[in-house]
Amino acid sequence: MPKMQSVAQLAEYRKELQARRDPNQTQVLVCGGAGCLALGSAEVAAAFREELDRRGLQAKVALKSTGCQGLCARGVRVLLRPQEISYQNLTALNAAEIVEETLVKGKILDRFCYQDGDGSLKAHKSKIPFYQGQQPVVLRRLDVIDPESLDDYLAEGGYEGLSQALSGMTPEQVLDAVERSGLRGRSGGGFPTGRKWRFCRQAAGEPKFIICNGSEGDPGAYLDRAVMEGDPHAILEGMIIGAYAIGAAQGHIYVGHEYPLAVARLRRAADQARELGLLGEGILGASFSFDIKVHRGAGAYICGEETSLMNFLEGGIGEPRNRPPYPAQQGLFGQPTIINNVETWANVPVILSQGAEKFAAVGVEASKGTKVFSLAGAVNYAGLLEVPMGMPLKQVVFDLAGGLKDGGRFKALLTSGPGGGVLPAPALDLPVTFESFQEAGGNLGSGSMVVMDEGCCMVDVARYFANFSYEESCGKCTPCREGTKQMLEILDAIIRGEGTEEQLGLLEDLAAVMTGASICGLGQSAPNPVLSTLRHFRGEYEAHVREKKCPALVCRPLLKYTVDPETCTGCLACVRECPTGAITGEYQEPQEIDQELCVKCGMCHEVCKFEAIKVE
Amino acid sequence: MSANTITLTIDGMKVESVPGRSLLLVAKEAGVDIPTLCYHDDLKPEGQCRLCMVEIGEPGRTRLVNSCTYPVEPNLQVETRSEKVLQARRLVLELLLARCPKASRIQELAKEYGVYESRFKTDDPDELCILCGLCVRTCREVVGVSAISMANRTPGKQVATPFLEESEACIGCGSCVFICPTNVIEYAEKDGVRTVWGRRFELQPCNVCGSYIAPRAQLEHWARLTGDPVESFFVCRDCR
Repeated sequence: MPKMQSVAQLAEYRKELQARRDPNQTQVLVCGGAGCLALGSAEVAAAFREELDRRGLQAKVALKSTGCQGLCARGVRVLLRPQEISYQNLTALNAAEIVEETLVKGKILDRFCYQDGDGSLKAHKSKIPFYQGQQPVVLRRLDVIDPESLDDYLAEGGYEGLSQALSGMTPEQVLDAVERSGLRGRSGGGFPTGRKWRFCRQAAGEPKFIICNGSEGDPGAYLDRAVMEGDPHAILEGMIIGAYAIGAAQGHIYVGHEYPLAVARLRRAADQARELGLLGEGILGASFSFDIKVHRGAGAYICGEETSLMNFLEGGIGEPRNRPPYPAQQGLFGQPTIINNVETWANVPVILSQGAEKFAAVGVEASKGTKVFSLAGAVNYAGLLEVPMGMPLKQVVFDLAGGLKDGGRFKALLTSGPGGGVLPAPALDLPVTFESFQEAGGNLGSGSMVVMDEGCCMVDVARYFANFSYEESCGKCTPCREGTKQMLEILDAIIRGEGTEEQLGLLEDLAAVMTGASICGLGQSAPNPVLSTLRHFRGEYEAHVREKKCPALVCRPLLKYTVDPETCTGCLACVRECPTGAITGEYQEPQEIDQELCVKCGMCHEVCKFEAIKVE
Repeated sequence: MSANTITLTIDGMKVESVPGRSLLLVAKEAGVDIPTLCYHDDLKPEGQCRLCMVEIGEPGRTRLVNSCTYPVEPNLQVETRSEKVLQARRLVLELLLARCPKASRIQELAKEYGVYESRFKTDDPDELCILCGLCVRTCREVVGVSAISMANRTPGKQVATPFLEESEACIGCGSCVFICPTNVIEYAEKDGVRTVWGRRFELQPCNVCGSYIAPRAQLEHWARLTGDPVESFFVCRDCR
């Protein structure tokens, strides 16, 4: 593969690639996203390979493993083109049948189709509400390209943004375009990207650095992962454009330890880009040189914080620095540095290829563009989705995600994990924007959203994240180190039934100082889940503290299991299951539970066929 | 007034300074004392203890920053004893009092701010290390051997030698013991042997008067630094 010496040469090569591709060719695109990989998508792809080969169709039908196809709750997924049929819940055993019935005979197989709430079946992607309501920008290539193929990326318009930037635009003009687009950081801070770039461009000091923060530490968030694994070149392209705009010569991508596939894909993509002359000396014939190194983290959440990340890259300990100075002025190795999130970088090429105005036409006034969410929890259709800013949250949860599953009732939406907040039912009317989430006490943040139904205890949720923050806190500063520990202590006491009213006030006092006085975002936002659950669900805390009860029936120490003598048939099924022998009684007579011996495991409740075990 | 001087307001008082100096030092020179635990004139400020927080900004749009590293800016408005500042200081001390209830330095400071007991839970009532990091930074920046460092994240964070074993880099100088505000580092001297961080150091007697100078390991370190033969350090200051 010869190095591309100019934008024109690259355009020519891209045209050739596109000319060689038949848009009507039959394609079997097997989802290779994280969820589907875990469900056996490699075996599904192998089964398709075998069947296609057996029928001599390997030349006619293209088979690919793609990135994440989004509707993760129904994996393994396969997209069939050109019909755009989206099949779900597949195993390797289904491949032969699909080739026979759908590819050869053109028949739709009902049992692999999406089923709506009213029972109707939808086979085509454009008819499935989950996909219909989206506006994929960052995710647009994920279900159609082979992430390990640079040709696929190019054929789908890859490196057009970079080509635009290097076709007579000055770095200043590129920076201006990003400013005019209104793009704001997608990691949680929401800082205007263009403005940050301008600070860095203006800062004195050479060399300058570009960093991509691919740590994605929030539990439940896997959208950055999907982009890194499924469309790695998009990130590289964004970074090369950024380097050109601010005058950087070196870029670094930090990938969380938990994502080895992302590390491999990004390194491979960087090698491919280098080979083609899109990284390295004299990119596309311009006098602009830039290269990227990919680093794998060692597993600490704190290293997702920008200054800790830089300390890590410098070979130091993952602990934050005091600011000022800010990274744009003094960052990696003390040099002016731009650090942006994966999703932010993936948006940059779009701004250049479409133009800033077109980009800014999507979204609303202060929140431009789209946002990717990893939606999980008590919804029917969980997964990755991308919607324009400003879409009502209600639409995301009830139209796209199919509403609450198993007839559950919406209780709260947890946004952005350990530093985020819960939003109660009224928040469903809010539009998806930075401001609206912030005002409501949530956080657009990392994009992880968990829908919770009545079966979730808000105190338990707060405790889960308090524990996470405690374990991940680096321990450098007093408010966070001592504060996360004490916050967890108090919540544990409340869950054990030893909480007091005073402790609720103490939590608030502690939260105020953690937020105001911690060095970095981890300590500053660790109190958020506690504060927002206290704010919106104070009654639940009070029940735990005053009545020593858990209304959602989650906090085990506060549960009480009893046998209803009216309905108990004395079948002894529960007696056999009880691990502590707490249930006694005659055969065919109502049983009794000894509360001293009962460990509240709930097995009796699970096995009783007569609903004779009551829990309160 | 030189062209390089800026003016800021501290507690309502107009103060002048050259740009780039820390709020802590500029305030001190203006007669405003801000409490610290992890600050030392001879060490790079790390902003760990968060006791030196001050409130900056226009009323209604203020925030807390640690004065030991925050650089003075033209027209900056600083409050060092506002309600928000005192609330933060009191809570930081309350947290440290829970961690180390017997540490007299903490008890002193807490009393100054009206904190006599802590509402928080104490794990080990005999704990004396407040994790200020002065020992670690002294060993790194002043002594230059980095024999000890902070280990672990918040759960189990402690000052330790590598793998909790004897540190080969340690020269037994005892600077860490000297700088520690709560006297927590174990140190003993008996019969010509100094024990610190679990390692025994032979003390070198003066060739002339016989009194102990320092651990031999420390003198060997000096010899490595200066290039002089180690024997040249075997005469104490008084006998030179």
